[in-house]
Amino acid sequence: MGALTAIISGLVFGLGLLASGMTDPAKVKGFLDVAGAWNPSLAFVMAGAIAVGLVAFALARRRQTAWSGATIVLPASTAIDAPLVTGGVLFGIGWGIAGFCPGPALVALASGSGAAGLFVIAMLAGMLLHDNVWARRQRKVASA
Amino acid sequence: MSVDWNHFTPLASLAGGVAIGVAAALYVLGAGRIAGIAGIVGSALQSLRTRPSNAMLSWLFIAGLALAPWCWRFVAPLPAMRVDVGAAGLIAAGLLVGFGVRLGNGCTSGHGVCGLSRLSLRSLANVIAFMGAGAVTVFVLRHLIGGT
Repeated sequence: MGALTAIISGLVFGLGLLASGMTDPAKVKGFLDVAGAWNPSLAFVMAGAIAVGLVAFALARRRQTAWSGATIVLPASTAIDAPLVTGGVLFGIGWGIAGFCPGPALVALASGSGAAGLFVIAMLAGMLLHDNVWARRQRKVASA
Repeated sequence: MSVDWNHFTPLASLAGGVAIGVAAALYVLGAGRIAGIAGIVGSALQSLRTRPSNAMLSWLFIAGLALAPWCWRFVAPLPAMRVDVGAAGLIAAGLLVGFGVRLGNGCTSGHGVCGLSRLSLRSLANVIAFMGAGAVTVFVLRHLIGGT
């Protein structure tokens, strides 16, 4: 049940990314280009997703278990700290350079885009660099 | 500021956004998880080393994402994916995005869609950071360096 839910969620998410224009880097950059010929389309993507999300997460907050029987795990942290903001800034710079964020890049790669493939390889390297080098070093510093 | 009316697609974008919201709803209510791609890919990557059993859902979600363009092709041609940077730009951008979303614990989906839907101020702070940095980056590359 959980397995089927996960694959359908991924599929619907991917179809939504394709329909919305998020998999087109030129459109994403058009949205970020507020000083040029601004394309407000992506604001509508966020509005549509959040309209549904507001209801879903209000329901999720009142439940302990998901339909699959698994415990519903919602993020507990509310800290607004340096890693949160620095991470957002680094992500935003990369997003502004290429026009890809993680989900659309994976869908574009699966569509056969070589450029997305190169981006995804670098993205995975960046993730590993953080999780296996940076975060580990931070923990070592914290425990020393 | 001027609006690029030629590429403005409010209805398609709204419909796509609703589908993304439905997917996030299904994942949290059906499987108990947050549909954040940075977290999902991160947990899938780590499972290659440590093999935690709970990464199976992440792999399946990614498989679903990868199936999307193939299902789309049955009905209509895929939408344009216009990339305007070279290999060096793609590599630099990928490294920044990968490191940044793991450091900030989320991306457009985890903080943007799910976090804002949970009315999380923490997610709002991250969204302001990445949208702001993205806008500044495009401004610098297009209008300061690019000279348009």
